[in-house]
Amino acid sequence: MKAKPELSMETVGMETVAMDCIMVRLFDSIDEQNMAWIMAADQALRGAFGESLIDLVPSYTTLLIHYDCRQLNHTEARARILAALEHLTPADTQAGQLHEIPAWYDESVGPELSRVADRAGLTVQEVIRRHCAHDYCVFALGFAPGYSFMGLVEQALATPRLSTPRRKVSAGSVGIAERQTAIYPLPSPGGWNILGRTAVPLYDFARRGEPLLRLGDKVRFKSISRSEFEAQGGDTSPLEER
Amino acid sequence: MNSKIPEGIIVDKAGPLALIQDGGRFGVRHLGVTQSGAADWISHRWANWLLGNPLDSAALEIVVGGGLTLSVECPTRLALVGADLDATLDDTSLAPGTSFIVKPGQRLIFRQPRTGLRAYLAFPGGLDAPEILGSRACTTRERLGGLHDDGQPLKAGDRLTWPGKAPGERRLPEELAPSMPNSSCRLALVLGAQAGHFTGLSLYQAFNSVWQVDNRADRMGVRLLGPPLSCRLSGMISEGIPLGAVQVPTDGQPIVLLNDRQTIGGYPRLGALTPIACATLAQCLPGTEIHLKPVTATQAREAYLALLNRF
Repeated sequence: MKAKPELSMETVGMETVAMDCIMVRLFDSIDEQNMAWIMAADQALRGAFGESLIDLVPSYTTLLIHYDCRQLNHTEARARILAALEHLTPADTQAGQLHEIPAWYDESVGPELSRVADRAGLTVQEVIRRHCAHDYCVFALGFAPGYSFMGLVEQALATPRLSTPRRKVSAGSVGIAERQTAIYPLPSPGGWNILGRTAVPLYDFARRGEPLLRLGDKVRFKSISRSEFEAQGGDTSPLEER
Repeated sequence: MNSKIPEGIIVDKAGPLALIQDGGRFGVRHLGVTQSGAADWISHRWANWLLGNPLDSAALEIVVGGGLTLSVECPTRLALVGADLDATLDDTSLAPGTSFIVKPGQRLIFRQPRTGLRAYLAFPGGLDAPEILGSRACTTRERLGGLHDDGQPLKAGDRLTWPGKAPGERRLPEELAPSMPNSSCRLALVLGAQAGHFTGLSLYQAFNSVWQVDNRADRMGVRLLGPPLSCRLSGMISEGIPLGAVQVPTDGQPIVLLNDRQTIGGYPRLGALTPIACATLAQCLPGTEIHLKPVTATQAREAYLALLNRF
Protein backbone atom coordinates (compact mmCIF):
# COMPACT_ATOMS: atom_id res chain seq x y z
CA MET A 1 0.00 0.00 0.00
CA LYS A 2 1.13 3.45 -0.94
CA ALA A 3 2.19 5.74 1.87
CA LYS A 4 -0.20 8.53 2.71
CA PRO A 5 0.82 11.74 0.97
CA GLU A 6 2.30 14.22 3.34
CA LEU A 7 0.47 17.46 3.93
CA SER A 8 2.66 20.44 4.46
CA MET A 9 1.31 23.82 5.43
CA GLU A 10 3.61 25.35 2.82
CA THR A 11 1.69 23.65 0.02
CA VAL A 12 -1.80 24.28 1.40
CA GLY A 13 -3.51 26.97 -0.64
CA MET A 14 -6.14 29.41 0.61
CA GLU A 15 -7.91 31.28 -2.15
CA THR A 16 -10.59 33.94 -2.02
CA VAL A 17 -13.35 32.70 -4.28
CA ALA A 18 -16.25 34.96 -3.27
CA MET A 19 -17.20 37.64 -0.76
CA ASP A 20 -17.78 35.04 1.95
CA CYS A 21 -16.07 31.91 0.59
CA ILE A 22 -12.53 30.60 0.83
CA MET A 23 -11.20 27.60 -1.08
CA VAL A 24 -8.76 25.46 0.88
CA ARG A 25 -6.61 23.56 -1.59
CA LEU A 26 -4.76 20.58 -0.13
CA PHE A 27 -3.60 18.67 -3.21
CA ASP A 28 -3.03 19.12 -6.94
CA SER A 29 -4.10 15.73 -8.22
CA ILE A 30 -6.72 13.08 -7.60
CA ASP A 31 -5.55 10.28 -5.33
CA GLU A 32 -7.44 7.86 -3.11
CA GLN A 33 -4.89 8.65 -0.44
CA ASN A 34 -6.03 12.30 -0.36
CA MET A 35 -9.27 11.33 1.29
CA ALA A 36 -7.80 10.70 4.74
CA TRP A 37 -6.64 14.33 4.79
CA ILE A 38 -9.75 15.80 3.18
CA MET A 39 -11.95 14.06 5.74
CA ALA A 40 -9.74 15.17 8.61
CA ALA A 41 -9.73 18.75 7.34
CA ASP A 42 -13.52 18.61 6.95
CA GLN A 43 -13.95 17.72 10.62
CA ALA A 44 -11.33 20.18 11.86
CA LEU A 45 -12.76 23.08 9.83
CA ARG A 46 -16.32 22.35 10.94
CA GLY A 47 -15.09 22.45 14.52
CA ALA A 48 -13.09 25.64 14.03
CA PHE A 49 -15.94 27.58 12.40
CA GLY A 50 -18.79 26.22 14.49
CA GLU A 51 -21.82 28.48 14.24
CA SER A 52 -20.07 30.79 11.76
CA LEU A 53 -20.07 28.06 9.12
CA ILE A 54 -22.83 28.22 6.51
CA ASP A 55 -21.65 25.38 4.27
CA LEU A 56 -18.54 23.31 3.66
CA VAL A 57 -18.13 21.44 0.40
CA PRO A 58 -15.26 18.96 0.25
CA SER A 59 -14.17 17.63 -3.11
CA TYR A 60 -11.25 15.62 -4.53
CA THR A 61 -8.50 18.03 -3.54
CA THR A 62 -10.26 21.01 -1.99
CA LEU A 63 -12.69 22.19 0.65
CA LEU A 64 -14.94 25.19 -0.08
CA ILE A 65 -15.77 27.11 3.08
CA HIS A 66 -18.80 29.38 3.04
CA TYR A 67 -18.79 31.31 6.29
CA ASP A 68 -21.17 33.84 7.77
CA CYS A 69 -19.58 37.18 7.00
CA ARG A 70 -21.83 38.90 9.52
CA GLN A 71 -19.79 37.08 12.17
CA LEU A 72 -16.33 36.91 10.62
CA ASN A 73 -14.30 39.07 8.29
CA HIS A 74 -11.93 37.62 5.73
CA THR A 75 -8.85 37.84 7.95
CA GLU A 76 -10.60 36.12 10.85
CA ALA A 77 -11.85 33.37 8.56
CA ARG A 78 -8.34 32.75 7.24
CA ALA A 79 -6.98 32.61 10.78
CA ARG A 80 -9.52 29.96 11.72
CA ILE A 81 -8.55 27.88 8.70
CA LEU A 82 -4.87 28.07 9.56
CA ALA A 83 -5.53 27.12 13.17
CA ALA A 84 -7.72 24.19 12.13
CA LEU A 85 -5.16 22.75 9.73
CA GLU A 86 -2.07 23.28 11.84
CA HIS A 87 -2.07 20.00 13.74
CA LEU A 88 -4.03 17.92 11.30
CA THR A 89 -3.59 14.15 11.34
CA PRO A 90 -5.11 11.98 8.62
CA ALA A 91 -8.49 10.42 9.33
CA ASP A 92 -8.93 6.67 9.52
CA THR A 93 -10.14 5.79 6.03
CA GLN A 94 -10.95 2.27 7.17
CA ALA A 95 -13.82 3.83 9.11
CA GLY A 96 -15.72 4.42 5.83
CA GLN A 97 -18.45 1.94 5.07
CA LEU A 98 -18.15 -0.59 2.23
CA HIS A 99 -21.32 -0.71 0.12
CA GLU A 100 -22.02 -3.50 -2.33
CA ILE A 101 -24.16 -2.07 -5.14
CA PRO A 102 -25.85 -4.68 -7.34
CA ALA A 103 -26.12 -3.54 -10.96
CA TRP A 104 -27.54 -5.05 -14.12
CA TYR A 105 -24.98 -4.58 -16.87
CA ASP A 106 -26.71 -4.82 -20.23
CA GLU A 107 -26.58 -3.02 -23.58
CA SER A 108 -30.24 -1.97 -23.24
CA VAL A 109 -29.61 0.02 -20.06
CA GLY A 110 -25.87 0.42 -20.55
CA PRO A 111 -25.39 1.43 -24.19
CA GLU A 112 -21.69 2.35 -23.80
CA LEU A 113 -20.61 -1.14 -22.69
CA SER A 114 -19.41 -1.84 -26.20
CA ARG A 115 -17.79 1.60 -26.61
CA VAL A 116 -15.71 1.05 -23.47
CA ALA A 117 -14.92 -2.53 -24.51
CA ASP A 118 -13.85 -1.51 -28.03
CA ARG A 119 -11.58 1.24 -26.77
CA ALA A 120 -9.99 -1.07 -24.22
CA GLY A 121 -9.71 -4.00 -26.64
CA LEU A 122 -11.64 -6.16 -24.20
CA THR A 123 -14.85 -8.14 -24.31
CA VAL A 124 -17.97 -6.68 -22.74
CA GLN A 125 -17.86 -9.46 -20.15
CA GLU A 126 -14.31 -8.48 -19.23
CA VAL A 127 -15.28 -4.80 -18.91
CA ILE A 128 -18.04 -5.78 -16.49
CA ARG A 129 -15.70 -8.06 -14.53
CA ARG A 130 -13.11 -5.32 -14.22
CA HIS A 131 -15.63 -2.62 -13.29
CA CYS A 132 -16.75 -4.89 -10.44
CA ALA A 133 -13.22 -5.81 -9.37
CA HIS A 134 -12.27 -2.62 -7.55
CA ASP A 135 -13.47 -1.04 -4.32
CA TYR A 136 -14.06 2.55 -5.41
CA CYS A 137 -13.52 5.44 -3.08
CA VAL A 138 -16.21 8.15 -2.78
CA PHE A 139 -14.25 11.33 -3.60
CA ALA A 140 -17.02 13.88 -3.64
CA LEU A 141 -20.77 14.33 -3.42
CA GLY A 142 -22.17 16.95 -5.71
CA PHE A 143 -23.62 17.91 -9.07
CA ALA A 144 -27.00 16.66 -7.84
CA PRO A 145 -28.31 15.42 -4.48
CA GLY A 146 -26.73 12.08 -3.66
CA TYR A 147 -24.54 12.03 -6.78
CA SER A 148 -21.24 10.43 -5.75
CA PHE A 149 -18.03 10.81 -7.71
CA MET A 150 -16.04 7.60 -7.26
CA GLY A 151 -12.76 6.24 -8.46
CA LEU A 152 -10.37 5.36 -9.59
CA VAL A 153 -11.45 3.19 -12.51
CA GLU A 154 -8.52 1.24 -13.88
CA GLN A 155 -6.69 2.97 -16.72
CA ALA A 156 -7.72 0.42 -19.37
CA LEU A 157 -11.41 1.27 -18.88
CA ALA A 158 -10.89 5.04 -18.78
CA THR A 159 -13.20 6.56 -21.43
CA PRO A 160 -13.83 10.22 -22.20
CA ARG A 161 -17.30 11.69 -21.79
CA LEU A 162 -19.71 11.50 -24.74
CA SER A 163 -19.17 14.36 -27.16
CA THR A 164 -22.90 15.09 -27.02
CA PRO A 165 -24.45 14.52 -23.61
CA ARG A 166 -27.73 12.64 -23.39
CA ARG A 167 -30.79 14.73 -22.70
CA LYS A 168 -31.92 12.21 -20.14
CA VAL A 169 -30.05 9.53 -18.25
CA SER A 170 -32.32 7.24 -16.20
CA ALA A 171 -32.13 7.12 -12.42
CA GLY A 172 -29.83 4.36 -11.18
CA SER A 173 -27.60 4.49 -14.28
CA VAL A 174 -23.99 3.49 -13.58
CA GLY A 175 -21.50 5.38 -15.70
CA ILE A 176 -17.84 6.11 -16.14
CA ALA A 177 -16.01 9.23 -17.33
CA GLU A 178 -12.24 9.02 -17.64
CA ARG A 179 -11.18 7.23 -14.46
CA GLN A 180 -14.28 8.12 -12.46
CA THR A 181 -17.44 6.17 -11.93
CA ALA A 182 -20.81 7.31 -10.59
CA ILE A 183 -24.48 6.46 -10.23
CA TYR A 184 -27.17 8.93 -11.35
CA PRO A 185 -29.54 9.28 -8.37
CA LEU A 186 -32.20 11.07 -10.44
CA PRO A 187 -33.02 11.22 -14.13
CA SER A 188 -30.90 14.04 -15.51
CA PRO A 189 -28.95 15.13 -18.56
CA GLY A 190 -25.50 13.59 -18.62
CA GLY A 191 -22.50 12.75 -20.72
CA TRP A 192 -21.03 9.77 -18.91
CA ASN A 193 -20.59 6.36 -20.53
CA ILE A 194 -23.45 4.27 -19.17
CA LEU A 195 -22.68 0.61 -18.44
CA GLY A 196 -25.68 -0.57 -16.46
CA ARG A 197 -28.29 0.24 -13.87
CA THR A 198 -28.90 -0.33 -10.18
CA ALA A 199 -32.18 -0.50 -8.27
CA VAL A 200 -30.56 0.81 -5.07
CA PRO A 201 -32.23 4.14 -4.23
CA LEU A 202 -29.66 6.91 -3.84
CA TYR A 203 -31.93 9.87 -3.77
CA ASP A 204 -34.48 9.33 -1.01
CA PHE A 205 -31.99 10.62 1.55
CA ALA A 206 -33.77 13.95 1.41
CA ARG A 207 -36.52 12.21 3.33
CA ARG A 208 -34.16 10.31 5.61
CA GLY A 209 -31.69 13.15 6.07
CA GLU A 210 -28.64 11.04 5.24
CA PRO A 211 -27.28 9.93 1.89
CA LEU A 212 -26.49 6.26 1.28
CA LEU A 213 -22.95 7.03 0.17
CA ARG A 214 -20.75 9.38 2.12
CA LEU A 215 -17.34 10.88 1.54
CA GLY A 216 -14.63 8.29 2.14
CA ASP A 217 -16.98 5.32 1.81
CA LYS A 218 -16.05 2.45 -0.50
CA VAL A 219 -18.27 1.03 -3.22
CA ARG A 220 -18.03 -2.36 -4.88
CA PHE A 221 -20.33 -3.09 -7.82
CA LYS A 222 -21.80 -6.56 -8.24
CA SER A 223 -23.07 -7.79 -11.59
CA ILE A 224 -26.58 -9.24 -11.36
CA SER A 225 -28.97 -10.80 -13.87
CA ARG A 226 -32.02 -9.16 -15.34
CA SER A 227 -34.31 -11.29 -13.17
CA GLU A 228 -32.42 -10.36 -10.00
CA PHE A 229 -32.56 -6.69 -11.06
CA GLU A 230 -36.29 -6.95 -11.64
CA ALA A 231 -36.79 -8.71 -8.31
CA GLN A 232 -35.10 -5.72 -6.65
CA GLY A 233 -37.63 -3.43 -8.31
CA GLY A 234 -35.32 -2.26 -11.09
CA ASP A 235 -36.69 -0.40 -14.09
CA THR A 236 -35.73 -2.29 -17.25
CA SER A 237 -36.88 0.32 -19.75
CA PRO A 238 -34.04 0.97 -22.20
CA LEU A 239 -31.99 4.14 -21.96
CA GLU A 240 -33.27 6.92 -24.18
CA GLU A 241 -31.45 7.43 -27.46
CA ARG A 242 -29.06 10.34 -27.60
CA MET B 1 -61.40 29.98 18.16
CA ASN B 2 -60.45 28.33 14.95
CA SER B 3 -56.66 28.05 14.91
CA LYS B 4 -56.50 26.78 11.34
CA ILE B 5 -57.17 29.06 8.40
CA PRO B 6 -59.29 26.90 6.11
CA GLU B 7 -59.17 29.23 3.17
CA GLY B 8 -56.39 30.87 1.27
CA ILE B 9 -55.64 31.85 -2.26
CA ILE B 10 -56.33 29.59 -5.21
CA VAL B 11 -54.21 29.46 -8.33
CA ASP B 12 -56.72 29.94 -11.16
CA LYS B 13 -54.15 30.06 -13.90
CA ALA B 14 -50.46 29.23 -13.59
CA GLY B 15 -48.01 31.47 -15.41
CA PRO B 16 -44.74 30.11 -16.80
CA LEU B 17 -42.96 29.98 -13.44
CA ALA B 18 -43.99 30.80 -9.90
CA LEU B 19 -42.02 29.12 -7.13
CA ILE B 20 -42.20 29.08 -3.36
CA GLN B 21 -38.87 30.44 -2.14
CA ASP B 22 -37.39 31.33 1.23
CA GLY B 23 -33.86 32.36 2.18
CA GLY B 24 -32.43 29.09 0.87
CA ARG B 25 -31.32 25.64 1.97
CA PHE B 26 -28.09 25.68 3.94
CA GLY B 27 -25.86 23.16 5.68
CA VAL B 28 -26.50 20.39 3.15
CA ARG B 29 -24.37 21.45 0.17
CA HIS B 30 -21.81 18.74 1.00
CA LEU B 31 -24.53 16.23 0.12
CA GLY B 32 -24.94 17.70 -3.33
CA VAL B 33 -28.06 19.70 -2.41
CA THR B 34 -28.03 23.17 -3.89
CA GLN B 35 -28.61 26.47 -2.06
CA SER B 36 -31.87 27.46 -3.79
CA GLY B 37 -33.85 30.32 -2.21
CA ALA B 38 -35.03 33.65 -3.63
CA ALA B 39 -32.82 34.72 -6.55
CA ASP B 40 -33.40 38.42 -5.81
CA TRP B 41 -33.02 37.93 -2.07
CA ILE B 42 -33.17 41.70 -1.47
CA SER B 43 -36.68 42.13 -2.90
CA HIS B 44 -37.74 38.90 -1.18
CA ARG B 45 -36.59 40.24 2.18
CA TRP B 46 -38.33 43.59 1.71
CA ALA B 47 -41.57 41.82 0.80
CA ASN B 48 -41.41 39.93 4.09
CA TRP B 49 -40.39 43.10 5.93
CA LEU B 50 -43.51 44.88 4.71
CA LEU B 51 -45.62 42.30 6.58
CA GLY B 52 -43.42 42.12 9.66
CA ASN B 53 -42.44 38.51 8.81
CA PRO B 54 -39.09 36.92 9.59
CA LEU B 55 -37.13 38.12 6.55
CA ASP B 56 -36.35 34.63 5.25
CA SER B 57 -39.99 33.49 5.27
CA ALA B 58 -41.36 31.55 2.32
CA ALA B 59 -42.92 33.78 -0.33
CA LEU B 60 -43.79 33.46 -4.02
CA GLU B 61 -41.13 34.16 -6.64
CA ILE B 62 -43.09 35.06 -9.75
CA VAL B 63 -41.00 35.00 -12.92
CA VAL B 64 -42.28 37.04 -15.89
CA GLY B 65 -45.92 36.81 -14.78
CA GLY B 66 -47.42 35.51 -17.99
CA GLY B 67 -51.02 35.58 -16.81
CA LEU B 68 -50.61 34.03 -13.37
CA THR B 69 -54.03 34.49 -11.81
CA LEU B 70 -54.70 34.12 -8.08
CA SER B 71 -58.18 34.07 -6.62
CA VAL B 72 -58.64 35.33 -3.06
CA GLU B 73 -60.79 33.28 -0.65
CA CYS B 74 -60.20 35.13 2.59
CA PRO B 75 -59.29 38.69 3.57
CA THR B 76 -55.66 39.43 4.34
CA ARG B 77 -52.76 41.74 3.58
CA LEU B 78 -50.11 40.83 0.99
CA ALA B 79 -46.87 42.54 0.00
CA LEU B 80 -45.31 42.85 -3.44
CA VAL B 81 -41.68 43.82 -4.11
CA GLY B 82 -39.33 43.44 -7.07
CA ALA B 83 -40.20 43.42 -10.74
CA ASP B 84 -43.15 45.39 -12.07
CA LEU B 85 -45.07 42.61 -13.81
CA ASP B 86 -48.05 44.84 -14.67
CA ALA B 87 -49.96 43.28 -11.78
CA THR B 88 -53.53 44.15 -10.87
CA LEU B 89 -55.94 43.43 -8.05
CA ASP B 90 -59.24 43.42 -9.94
CA ASP B 91 -59.06 46.83 -11.67
CA THR B 92 -56.39 48.36 -9.47
CA SER B 93 -52.74 48.45 -10.51
CA LEU B 94 -50.34 47.13 -7.90
CA ALA B 95 -47.09 49.02 -7.47
CA PRO B 96 -44.07 46.97 -6.33
CA GLY B 97 -42.76 48.04 -2.93
CA THR B 98 -46.17 48.15 -1.24
CA SER B 99 -48.52 46.02 0.80
CA PHE B 100 -52.26 45.92 0.18
CA ILE B 101 -55.47 44.40 1.51
CA VAL B 102 -57.17 41.67 -0.51
CA LYS B 103 -60.79 40.53 -0.08
CA PRO B 104 -62.64 37.33 -0.93
CA GLY B 105 -63.60 37.16 -4.58
CA GLN B 106 -60.84 39.47 -5.77
CA ARG B 107 -58.35 38.34 -8.38
CA LEU B 108 -54.66 39.09 -8.69
CA ILE B 109 -53.19 38.92 -12.19
CA PHE B 110 -49.51 39.15 -13.15
CA ARG B 111 -49.07 39.93 -16.82
CA GLN B 112 -45.63 40.77 -18.17
CA PRO B 113 -42.45 42.54 -17.09
CA ARG B 114 -42.35 46.31 -17.39
CA THR B 115 -39.19 46.50 -15.29
CA GLY B 116 -37.30 43.56 -13.78
CA LEU B 117 -38.03 39.87 -14.15
CA ARG B 118 -39.01 38.46 -10.74
CA ALA B 119 -41.71 39.75 -8.39
CA TYR B 120 -41.99 38.60 -4.79
CA LEU B 121 -45.40 38.20 -3.20
CA ALA B 122 -45.32 37.76 0.57
CA PHE B 123 -48.00 36.41 2.90
CA PRO B 124 -48.54 36.99 6.64
CA GLY B 125 -46.24 34.66 8.57
CA GLY B 126 -44.85 33.14 5.35
CA LEU B 127 -46.40 30.56 3.02
CA ASP B 128 -47.26 27.12 4.37
CA ALA B 129 -45.16 24.40 2.74
CA PRO B 130 -43.31 21.35 4.04
CA GLU B 131 -39.85 22.10 5.38
CA ILE B 132 -37.35 19.85 3.61
CA LEU B 133 -33.74 19.74 4.81
CA GLY B 134 -34.37 22.94 6.74
CA SER B 135 -36.03 24.96 3.98
CA ARG B 136 -39.24 25.44 2.02
CA ALA B 137 -37.35 26.56 -1.09
CA CYS B 138 -38.55 24.90 -4.28
CA THR B 139 -35.83 23.38 -6.49
CA THR B 140 -37.26 21.90 -9.67
CA ARG B 141 -34.07 20.18 -10.79
CA GLU B 142 -33.78 18.37 -7.45
CA ARG B 143 -37.51 17.68 -7.06
CA LEU B 144 -37.25 19.19 -3.60
CA GLY B 145 -39.45 21.61 -1.68
CA GLY B 146 -42.38 23.71 -2.82
CA LEU B 147 -46.06 23.29 -2.01
CA HIS B 148 -46.12 19.51 -2.50
CA ASP B 149 -42.41 18.83 -1.93
CA ASP B 150 -41.94 17.73 -5.52
CA GLY B 151 -40.01 20.80 -6.62
CA GLN B 152 -42.80 21.75 -9.01
CA PRO B 153 -43.84 25.34 -9.73
CA LEU B 154 -47.36 26.49 -8.87
CA LYS B 155 -50.05 24.92 -11.00
CA ALA B 156 -53.73 25.65 -11.52
CA GLY B 157 -55.78 24.42 -8.59
CA ASP B 158 -53.05 24.82 -5.98
CA ARG B 159 -54.20 26.49 -2.77
CA LEU B 160 -51.81 28.80 -0.94
CA THR B 161 -52.22 29.16 2.81
CA TRP B 162 -50.29 30.96 5.54
CA PRO B 163 -50.29 30.93 9.31
CA GLY B 164 -50.40 34.66 10.14
CA LYS B 165 -53.11 37.25 10.51
CA ALA B 166 -53.17 40.42 8.42
CA PRO B 167 -50.66 42.81 9.97
CA GLY B 168 -50.93 46.58 10.04
CA GLU B 169 -49.48 48.59 7.19
CA ARG B 170 -45.77 49.21 6.94
CA ARG B 171 -44.36 51.55 4.33
CA LEU B 172 -41.14 51.01 2.48
CA PRO B 173 -39.35 54.36 1.99
CA GLU B 174 -38.88 54.94 -1.71
CA GLU B 175 -35.10 55.32 -1.42
CA LEU B 176 -34.90 51.84 0.14
CA ALA B 177 -37.10 50.03 -2.38
CA PRO B 178 -34.95 47.87 -4.66
CA SER B 179 -34.62 49.56 -8.03
CA MET B 180 -34.89 47.29 -11.03
CA PRO B 181 -32.08 47.32 -13.61
CA ASN B 182 -32.78 49.31 -16.75
CA SER B 183 -31.10 48.65 -20.08
CA SER B 184 -27.67 48.46 -18.47
CA CYS B 185 -26.16 47.90 -15.05
CA ARG B 186 -22.87 47.49 -13.20
CA LEU B 187 -22.27 44.32 -11.26
CA ALA B 188 -19.56 43.96 -8.60
CA LEU B 189 -17.33 40.91 -8.93
CA VAL B 190 -14.89 39.67 -6.28
CA LEU B 191 -11.88 38.70 -8.31
CA GLY B 192 -10.42 35.36 -7.31
CA ALA B 193 -10.48 31.60 -7.86
CA GLN B 194 -8.68 30.94 -11.17
CA ALA B 195 -8.60 34.60 -12.26
CA GLY B 196 -4.79 34.52 -12.37
CA HIS B 197 -4.86 31.84 -15.05
CA PHE B 198 -6.77 33.94 -17.59
CA THR B 199 -4.78 35.76 -20.23
CA GLY B 200 -4.06 39.43 -19.65
CA LEU B 201 -6.20 40.36 -22.62
CA SER B 202 -9.11 38.31 -21.26
CA LEU B 203 -8.87 39.99 -17.86
CA TYR B 204 -8.85 43.38 -19.56
CA GLN B 205 -11.83 42.42 -21.69
CA ALA B 206 -13.74 41.00 -18.74
CA PHE B 207 -13.85 44.40 -17.06
CA ASN B 208 -13.84 46.70 -20.07
CA SER B 209 -16.33 45.06 -22.39
CA VAL B 210 -20.07 45.38 -22.51
CA TRP B 211 -21.63 42.00 -21.71
CA GLN B 212 -25.11 41.11 -22.72
CA VAL B 213 -27.50 38.90 -20.76
CA ASP B 214 -28.30 35.90 -22.96
CA ASN B 215 -31.75 34.32 -23.13
CA ARG B 216 -30.16 31.14 -21.73
CA ALA B 217 -30.77 32.33 -18.19
CA ASP B 218 -32.50 30.61 -15.31
CA ARG B 219 -32.11 29.98 -11.60
CA MET B 220 -29.06 27.78 -12.23
CA GLY B 221 -27.10 30.32 -14.17
CA VAL B 222 -27.09 33.28 -16.51
CA ARG B 223 -24.96 33.25 -19.63
CA LEU B 224 -23.25 36.47 -20.67
CA LEU B 225 -22.42 37.21 -24.30
CA GLY B 226 -19.30 39.15 -25.27
CA PRO B 227 -15.73 38.64 -26.39
CA PRO B 228 -14.57 35.04 -25.80
CA LEU B 229 -12.35 34.83 -22.71
CA SER B 230 -9.52 32.36 -22.57
CA CYS B 231 -7.95 30.63 -19.62
CA ARG B 232 -4.56 28.92 -19.69
CA LEU B 233 -5.74 26.06 -17.48
CA SER B 234 -6.36 23.02 -19.62
CA GLY B 235 -8.20 20.86 -17.12
CA MET B 236 -9.49 21.35 -13.63
CA ILE B 237 -10.47 19.00 -10.85
CA SER B 238 -14.07 19.66 -9.79
CA GLU B 239 -14.44 21.79 -6.68
CA GLY B 240 -17.17 23.54 -4.71
CA ILE B 241 -18.86 26.51 -6.42
CA PRO B 242 -19.94 29.63 -4.52
CA LEU B 243 -23.01 31.75 -5.30
CA GLY B 244 -22.33 34.15 -8.14
CA ALA B 245 -19.31 32.23 -9.46
CA VAL B 246 -18.40 33.45 -12.94
CA GLN B 247 -17.31 30.30 -14.71
CA VAL B 248 -15.89 30.29 -18.19
CA PRO B 249 -16.41 27.10 -20.21
CA THR B 250 -14.32 26.32 -23.28
CA ASP B 251 -16.42 28.53 -25.58
CA GLY B 252 -15.20 31.52 -23.54
CA GLN B 253 -18.66 32.87 -22.74
CA PRO B 254 -19.06 33.36 -18.98
CA ILE B 255 -21.91 31.83 -17.00
CA VAL B 256 -22.83 33.39 -13.68
CA LEU B 257 -23.98 30.61 -11.37
CA LEU B 258 -26.97 31.46 -9.22
CA ASN B 259 -29.05 29.83 -6.49
CA ASP B 260 -29.84 26.49 -8.18
CA ARG B 261 -26.28 25.89 -9.46
CA GLN B 262 -24.63 22.50 -9.32
CA THR B 263 -22.71 22.25 -6.03
CA ILE B 264 -19.36 21.33 -7.59
CA GLY B 265 -17.89 21.87 -11.02
CA GLY B 266 -14.71 21.97 -13.00
CA TYR B 267 -14.68 25.09 -15.18
CA PRO B 268 -12.22 27.90 -14.39
CA ARG B 269 -13.74 30.92 -12.68
CA LEU B 270 -12.91 34.62 -12.69
CA GLY B 271 -14.27 34.99 -9.18
CA ALA B 272 -17.83 35.55 -8.01
CA LEU B 273 -20.39 38.31 -8.22
CA THR B 274 -21.30 39.73 -4.82
CA PRO B 275 -24.67 38.66 -3.37
CA ILE B 276 -26.02 42.13 -4.13
CA ALA B 277 -24.91 41.84 -7.76
CA CYS B 278 -26.52 38.38 -7.97
CA ALA B 279 -29.84 39.85 -6.82
CA THR B 280 -29.56 42.53 -9.53
CA LEU B 281 -28.64 40.02 -12.23
CA ALA B 282 -31.67 37.91 -11.29
CA GLN B 283 -33.80 40.90 -12.36
CA CYS B 284 -32.08 41.45 -15.73
CA LEU B 285 -34.04 40.66 -18.86
CA PRO B 286 -32.21 39.11 -21.82
CA GLY B 287 -30.38 41.81 -23.73
CA THR B 288 -29.54 43.88 -20.64
CA GLU B 289 -26.03 45.31 -20.88
CA ILE B 290 -23.69 44.37 -18.06
CA HIS B 291 -20.47 46.04 -16.93
CA LEU B 292 -18.39 44.00 -14.52
CA LYS B 293 -16.62 45.94 -11.80
CA PRO B 294 -13.85 44.34 -9.74
CA VAL B 295 -14.12 44.73 -5.96
CA THR B 296 -12.27 43.17 -3.04
CA ALA B 297 -13.98 40.76 -0.66
CA THR B 298 -13.70 43.44 2.03
CA GLN B 299 -15.44 46.10 -0.08
CA ALA B 300 -18.14 43.59 -0.99
CA ARG B 301 -18.67 42.69 2.66
CA GLU B 302 -18.98 46.34 3.71
CA ALA B 303 -21.67 46.96 1.10
CA TYR B 304 -23.44 43.74 2.10
CA LEU B 305 -23.47 44.52 5.82
CA ALA B 306 -24.62 48.09 5.13
CA LEU B 307 -27.55 46.72 3.13
CA LEU B 308 -28.49 44.18 5.83
CA ASN B 309 -28.52 47.03 8.36
CA ARG B 310 -31.27 48.81 6.45
CA PHE B 311 -33.83 46.14 7.19
